[in-house]
Amino acid sequence: MLKVIAVRLIRTAAVFFVVTFATFAIVYAKPAAIARNVVGISASDQAVQAEVVKLGLDRPLLEQYRHWLAGLFQGDLGQSFFTGQPVLSTLGIRFPVTLALMVLSLVLTVGLSVLIGVVSAVRGGWPDRVLQILSVVGGAVPSFIVAIGLVFAFAIALPVFPATGYVSPDVSLGRWAASVVLPVAAILVGSVASAAAQFRGAVKEVLERDFVRTLRARGMSERAVVYRHVLRNAGGPGLTVLSLLTIGLLGGVVIIEQVFALPGMGVLVAGAASKGDVPVVMGCVAVTVLLVSLVNLVTDLLTAALDPKARVS
Amino acid sequence: MTAHPVVAPEDAVAAPAAGRGRRGWAGRLLRNPMAVACIVFLGATILFGLSSPWLAPHAPGATQLNAVNAPPFTAGHLLGGDGSGRDILSRLMWGTQRTLFACVVILVSALLAGVPAGLVAGYRRGAADPVLNWVSDVIMTLPGIVLLIALYTLIGPNLVAAMGVFGVLVAPSYFRLVRGVVLGVRNELYVDAAKVAGLSEARIIGRHILWAVRAPVIIQSSFVLGGGIAIQAAVDFLGLGDPSKASWGGMLQEAFANIYSNGWAVVWPASLISLTGLATVLLGNALRDALQVGAARRSLPRRRQELISRAFAAKAENDLPDRSATEEALLSVRGLKVAYPREDGGVSQVVRGVDLAVRKGEIRGLVGESGSGKTQTAFSVLGILNTEALVGGSVVFDGEDLIAHPASRAHARGRRIGYIPQEPMTNLDPCFTVGAQLVHGLRAVRRTSRRAARHEVLALLARVGIKDPEHVFGLYPHQISGGMAQRVLICGAVAADPDLIIADEPTTALDVTVQAEVLDLLRELRDERDLGMVLVTHDFGVVADLCDTVSVMKDGRIVDSGDVRTIFREPGHAYTEELLSAARAVDLDEVGTDG
Repeated sequence: MLKVIAVRLIRTAAVFFVVTFATFAIVYAKPAAIARNVVGISASDQAVQAEVVKLGLDRPLLEQYRHWLAGLFQGDLGQSFFTGQPVLSTLGIRFPVTLALMVLSLVLTVGLSVLIGVVSAVRGGWPDRVLQILSVVGGAVPSFIVAIGLVFAFAIALPVFPATGYVSPDVSLGRWAASVVLPVAAILVGSVASAAAQFRGAVKEVLERDFVRTLRARGMSERAVVYRHVLRNAGGPGLTVLSLLTIGLLGGVVIIEQVFALPGMGVLVAGAASKGDVPVVMGCVAVTVLLVSLVNLVTDLLTAALDPKARVS
Repeated sequence: MTAHPVVAPEDAVAAPAAGRGRRGWAGRLLRNPMAVACIVFLGATILFGLSSPWLAPHAPGATQLNAVNAPPFTAGHLLGGDGSGRDILSRLMWGTQRTLFACVVILVSALLAGVPAGLVAGYRRGAADPVLNWVSDVIMTLPGIVLLIALYTLIGPNLVAAMGVFGVLVAPSYFRLVRGVVLGVRNELYVDAAKVAGLSEARIIGRHILWAVRAPVIIQSSFVLGGGIAIQAAVDFLGLGDPSKASWGGMLQEAFANIYSNGWAVVWPASLISLTGLATVLLGNALRDALQVGAARRSLPRRRQELISRAFAAKAENDLPDRSATEEALLSVRGLKVAYPREDGGVSQVVRGVDLAVRKGEIRGLVGESGSGKTQTAFSVLGILNTEALVGGSVVFDGEDLIAHPASRAHARGRRIGYIPQEPMTNLDPCFTVGAQLVHGLRAVRRTSRRAARHEVLALLARVGIKDPEHVFGLYPHQISGGMAQRVLICGAVAADPDLIIADEPTTALDVTVQAEVLDLLRELRDERDLGMVLVTHDFGVVADLCDTVSVMKDGRIVDSGDVRTIFREPGHAYTEELLSAARAVDLDEVGTDG
């Protein structure tokens, strides 16, 4: 088991370095363009060149990356080109908004979709057929369109929730809850639809295995077969669904924030990208990749822990 | 209700192999109204976009003061105007063209990145396979939208580059698909034949492998496009598109910012994005049903299922010839029929009226080729057929009809009738230790403490010939051999001290030496406990070794039945003779001559 953990850790670190370096190489590929963004389109070439040197963009790419990485480990992601604010402190304000939305959506999605998926796999019949239809529709309509629909219905036609805006939970927990109801609902439509269908698939696949028939033939009740044996075996594939779901939710939240003007990381990164605020973009990518790596690492380890073949050998 | 056209199960013939050609799947697709609707909608959308240079009433950027926030059906502006006074219909048309272009870019880039990699990984294997797999796994876990946003800082609003990168990000879906299919076909006979015939690798891949992957790739493409339409709209919606060009997402963003003054402007792009995405995915589903025959394995509507079941049951009653014969037998199967609903609404009958009887202490062989219905017959006795199976006839066990009374069947299962499966390794739950699952099984049918059950299981494990029961009790299925697993399964079958054992090819998956040991074990258990046994097998050697009586099955019917020695000496049916001569085992000759 220790060896499994070590291998996964190395793999996670490798992915982190590869992805952040690739992103770094992309966003820092054109020093002159970055500098021009900062000093303005009308600035002279000399001014741009001076800015390149000032920002340290004239150094070799690998050295810049090493510098950035060293900063990362010391809790320093540089400063925004435009506001001069440290990137890390900006992220400290923005990321919790995104994380809260994500965790809330994740918990609700997992709860609902496991329930729906298992029921429709085990029972079949009409719940199954309804799920099949809803998963196609819910999966095909993008979440930001669902969000706009919800704004139309529950903020404009029937004003029960605020259309946009965000209240920090430190200010008022009730108003925070009200401000995240529509965003979370918009995310849930798509995520439950696709996750439930995948959980259903995972359970269904186990239900068709030979040992399930053998357990039934031994006189075990259907309830015991499902709860004790089928769900246990569907756990591994279920975890994979869960990790992909988490990553998908991250992307979903980034877009949904834009609809509801929630001051999270999504709005931050989109704004920074359109302005050319490279350190902020890089900081957001680092946080995202770190989060994704962490999720993958945890699911990998849990999967290994669930699988007797990895655990006992 | 008698007029209702129930397809007589008796007359059901095997469905003709669905046409593999182009005509076949296209025809099936066009018979699906949903697919036709999607094709019409998507075709119209494509025309809508392509025709924009000629048919769009206005230039995409042209502003008119009188069109600012104009409602739909304003003169000259069918769908109204946006906040800057631009014609919405025209902008939608130009935006559609942009979406179409984005779709082409995504598809080309994803196919170019995913399909060749999948072919290489699946066909050549070697070092490339694990590396490509790893790359694919990494790409799959990347948060695509965040990377696209980061990419924007380098390339700005560049549709081709952004969608090209998105194509690479979704390429793993093609890679995994193609790799899986290729792994499946690379060892098929026709590929081997092509190799032997000296065809070059390129020819083999081009002719045979690409042909095999084409259907799944086409299906996957529609899902990729569905996702691509959404992501392209999302990028524009985030404000990272080209503001000088009309796009669905960009229009939606502008209209949404303006939602209080002109709500209608939101509706058009939102509907177009949703409906196009939906139509693409629905078409994908329809394509899957049309291209992969059998993908849509549906169960019959409940009413129809009831009608057929009733027709089945009624027939069985009439067929029942002689109830007295069932009295002395432990198990008496009469007129058993099993059928499965077919895609076209009819049913395929796999068991067509089987009679079978087993007394206490009797081992009856049930012999036949694969597909003859012997396993289905065995499963019917236990009631462990697939849920969509239709069953008729009677299975009388110890005086009670198990088909008419599902409750008594549920009670008999595991307690009075045990089951030994064919494939030992797949019939143990891989997540539980051998001991745990035997204890679960035992405690499911008998009230007993965990400790008592454990003692009982340990004793049984020793009884079925396992050397170190304490040790094996704590092992997981992947840690034991096939022969040992089969002993464990036999242990599970006899745990509750049943009267009847249904053994489905219990030795087929085992090595020859282990086979003999398992057969000996079954014989000993029969002698010890006076068990009745139905032994399903295709192997006359096993019959000769173990069985007292034998029934021969062909095409869902029993064609020959009787005492083993009699059958071996003078087969009552030409088919039995054929099977016997096919099985030229030494022990058969012995039984035949000195019996």
